Amino acid sequence: MSHFASVVFFALFASTVFGITQRETPRRMVRYGFYCFLLFVGSAIALSWLMYLIAR
Amino acid sequence: MRYSQKGMATEENKNASAGPVSQPASQQDFVYLPLIAGWLVPGAGHFLLRKWGRGALLAASILGMFVMGLAMHGRLYAGAHDILDILGLAGDLGNGLLYIAGRLLGLGAEQVQITTADYGTRFIVVAGLLNVIAAVDAHNLRTGRKS
Repeated sequence: MSHFASVVFFALFASTVFGITQRETPRRMVRYGFYCFLLFVGSAIALSWLMYLIAR
Repeated sequence: MRYSQKGMATEENKNASAGPVSQPASQQDFVYLPLIAGWLVPGAGHFLLRKWGRGALLAASILGMFVMGLAMHGRLYAGAHDILDILGLAGDLGNGLLYIAGRLLGLGAEQVQITTADYGTRFIVVAGLLNVIAAVDAHNLRTGRKS
C-alpha cells in the first residue's frame, strides 16, 4: 500500500468516527465528516509539497 | 435557575430526551453498560442503544483501522519501557477485546523495521483512541447528553 493510500484510509476512518460522534443530526454528521476528511487529506498534501520544496 | 442547563444531563433533560422513544427496560438499570460494551467491542455501545447505522459505521471504521494496522505489520505494545511506550500502550488498550485477542493470538510485529510498519503501529493506536471516543459517545447517548 502506498503512503498516500494510507493517508486516505486513515482520513476516511477517522473522519467517519469524528462525524458520527461530534455532531447530532445525520446531515451535519455527513458534512462534518466530509470536512474532516478534506482537512486530513488536504493538509497531508500541502505539508508534503512544503517538505518537498524545502528539501530541494 | 440562574444559568442555562441546555445540553446538560439534568433530570429534566433526561426525561425530555427519553420522550416517545424511551430506553428499553433492560438498559435502564446500568447506565455505564453502553460505555463498557462500546470499549470492549467497537460499535457495541451504539448497538445496545439501537443505533444500528451509527454502530455499524463505527465498528467498520475502528475494526478496519485496527486490521489495516496489523496488515501493515504494525506493533501491538506489550510493555511500558518509556513514556512513548506508555502512551502507545494506553492507545492500544482502547481497542478493548481486539487488543486482548491480538495479544493472545500473537498478532503484530515484534519490531518495527519498515516505514509502513510504523504507520501500522499508529493505525492501531489511533483505532484504540477512536474506539474510546465512540464509547464515550454511546455513554452520552445513554445519559441524554446527546440525541
